[in-house]
Amino acid sequence: MTGRLAANARVVAALGTRSVRQTLRRPQLLAPLILFPTALLAIQTAGAGRAVDLPGFPPVDNFLSFMLAGSIVQSVMFTGNSGAIAFAIDIEMGFTDRLFAAPISRYAVVLGRLAATATLGAMIAVYFIVLGLIFGAEIKEGLPAAIWIVVLTSTSALAFGSIGAAIALRTNSASVVQGIFPLVFVILFLSDAFFPANLMLDPAAWIAQYNPLSFIVNGIREPVIDGWHLTTQLKAIASVIGIGAFGLLLCEGALRGRVRRGV
Amino acid sequence: MTALRGRSGPPVIVRGTVAAIETQQLAREFEGGIKAVDGVDLEVAEGEIYGFLGPNGAGKTTTVRMLTTLLLPTGGTAVVAGHDVAKDPGAVRRQIGVALQEAALDPLMTGRELLELQATLHAIPKSEGRERGQWLLDRVGLTLAADRRVGTYSGGMRRRLDLASALIHRPVVLFLDEPTTGLDPVSRKAIWEEVRKLNDDGTTVFLTTQYLEEADQLADRVGIISGGRLVAEGTPAVLKAEVGKPHLELCLVEQDGKESRAEEVLTRFGRPLPARDGTLMVELDAGASQVGPIVVALNQAGLDVESLDLVQPSLDDVFVQQTGQHLEGAQRETDETEAVQP
Repeated sequence: MTGRLAANARVVAALGTRSVRQTLRRPQLLAPLILFPTALLAIQTAGAGRAVDLPGFPPVDNFLSFMLAGSIVQSVMFTGNSGAIAFAIDIEMGFTDRLFAAPISRYAVVLGRLAATATLGAMIAVYFIVLGLIFGAEIKEGLPAAIWIVVLTSTSALAFGSIGAAIALRTNSASVVQGIFPLVFVILFLSDAFFPANLMLDPAAWIAQYNPLSFIVNGIREPVIDGWHLTTQLKAIASVIGIGAFGLLLCEGALRGRVRRGV
Repeated sequence: MTALRGRSGPPVIVRGTVAAIETQQLAREFEGGIKAVDGVDLEVAEGEIYGFLGPNGAGKTTTVRMLTTLLLPTGGTAVVAGHDVAKDPGAVRRQIGVALQEAALDPLMTGRELLELQATLHAIPKSEGRERGQWLLDRVGLTLAADRRVGTYSGGMRRRLDLASALIHRPVVLFLDEPTTGLDPVSRKAIWEEVRKLNDDGTTVFLTTQYLEEADQLADRVGIISGGRLVAEGTPAVLKAEVGKPHLELCLVEQDGKESRAEEVLTRFGRPLPARDGTLMVELDAGASQVGPIVVALNQAGLDVESLDLVQPSLDDVFVQQTGQHLEGAQRETDETEAVQP
C-alpha cells in the first residue's frame, strides 16, 4: 500500500514538474500570470491611491499594501485558468491519452496538473510579496504572514485549478476553457479583491460579501494591513477547502464520464 | 473462434499458439446510436504482427482505444495479454505499449524528458529509466536530437520517439495506431524496419493502417474492417489469392497484326483480358512461373516484347471485393510511390 502510494506520489511529482516546465516554456501561458496582474497593480496603485482616504476604507499604510492581496488572487485565478487551458491543450493533442494508457491512477494525471498549479501559485505569491516590499508595502505580521500568504495562495490556486481542470476534462476544448477567462474578472470585481465590499453599491456589495473569493482575499490581506484574525483565516481556509472539494468532485465526475463516453 | 467473414480457403497461419489479443463480439456504440464497432471477433497470437486495415471511420481507432483501455466497450469482451480490458484495465496497461495516431507528444518537452516521464509512469526506477531511455534513443536514431524540444522534430522523428516511448517498459503487446500516416516513404520504411526488429524480439504488434503496402509488408495476418465489422481476415497472400490470379501486362514492339498474333499465343497460358491503351493483358493460371515461357513463345511467334509487368492482386482488390469500395490510402500510396521513383 505504502509502495503504491509512493509510486503514485512519484508520478504526481513527475507530471507536476512537466507541467511547471511547460508553463515556463510557453510565454503565452506565463504572461497572464505575471504581466497582467503586475500592470493592473501598477495602474491601480498609481491612479487610485487616494481611495485610502475614503470614509470606511480599511485603515492601511498605503494603497499598495491593500492592493497586494487583490493582485495575488487575480494572478491565482489566472494561474488556475492558465493551467486548465494547458490541460485542455494536452487533451486536444492526445497527450492525456498517453497518460491514461499508462498503469497509473487517472486521478494522478489530474493531481499532477494541480500540483503544478499549486507550485506556480506559490511562486506567484513570492513574486508579489517581493514586488510589494520593494515598492513600499509593509507586511504587519512579518515573515509568518508572508509564509501563510504563500500557503494560502498555493492552495487557492489548486482549488481554482481543479474547477478549470474539470471543465477541461468535460469539454476537451482549450477554447471553451479560454472562454471562461472574462468570468474571472466578473468574479474578481464582485469581491473584496480591488475595492472594499462595504464601499460598493448593492447588489455588488451583497455579492462581494458572500463571494468565497472575498474570504480568501481577506485571509491574505489582513495579516498584511492589520493583523491576525482567527475568524477571517478560518473563513479563508473554509473557502479554499470548499472550492477545492467542489472542483475535485467535478473532476471525479468528468473522469468517469470520459471513459464512459470514450472521449 | 476467430471470425473469418467473407473468407474461405486454407486455415490461418499464426506464429504463436497463445492469444495475445482476443475479442468476442466486441462492440462500441456512441451517443445517438452510432455503432463504431459492431461485433468484432479477433484472435491475435503471441509474437504475431496483426494488420488492422480499413479506411477512415471504419472503426480501427475505436477498436484500438477499447483494447488499450481508453474506452469501455458497450458490448462483447476483449482480453489483452491475458487480462480483461473492462475488468482489469490496470493489468492490461502494464503489459501494453501504445503509440496512438498523430504521435501525441508535448512539443515543449525534449525527447529525453518524454522518455524519462514515460519510465516514471511505468514505475521504472529513475536510474534504470534514464539508461533505458538512452538505449531507446540510440535504437531509434534520436541520440543527437535527444535534448532538443520535440516541437523541432520532423514527422518521422516524432513517430520514432513515440515508438520509443511505447517501448520503455518492454511491453508484451504493442499497439500502433496508424504509425506512418502522413510520413514520407523514407520515414515510413524506417518505422517498418523498427517494427520488424521489435517483432523479431518477440513483441506482438497490433497495427492499424490505411496503407495497403504497410499491411502487406509487415503483417503476418490482416483483418479488414469496414463499417465497424470485420469483413475479411487472413494472411495477405491468402486474401489476395482469393481475389484472383496475377496478370501479365505486355507492351510489344510495333508490328503489323501483332495483337491478333499475340492473343493467339497468350491464350495458351491463360485468359486474355481486354487490352488497355495498347497494353495487352493476360490472367496467368499458374502465376509468375509462366512469364519466361510466355516471352519465349512470343519471340518464337516473331513478336518482340518491349516491356512487361507482372501485376499481383492487391489488398485493395480484396477490400473492393469485400466492400465494393477502394481504400482511401490506396491511391495516395500509388502517388507517393511514383513520386519517389527516379
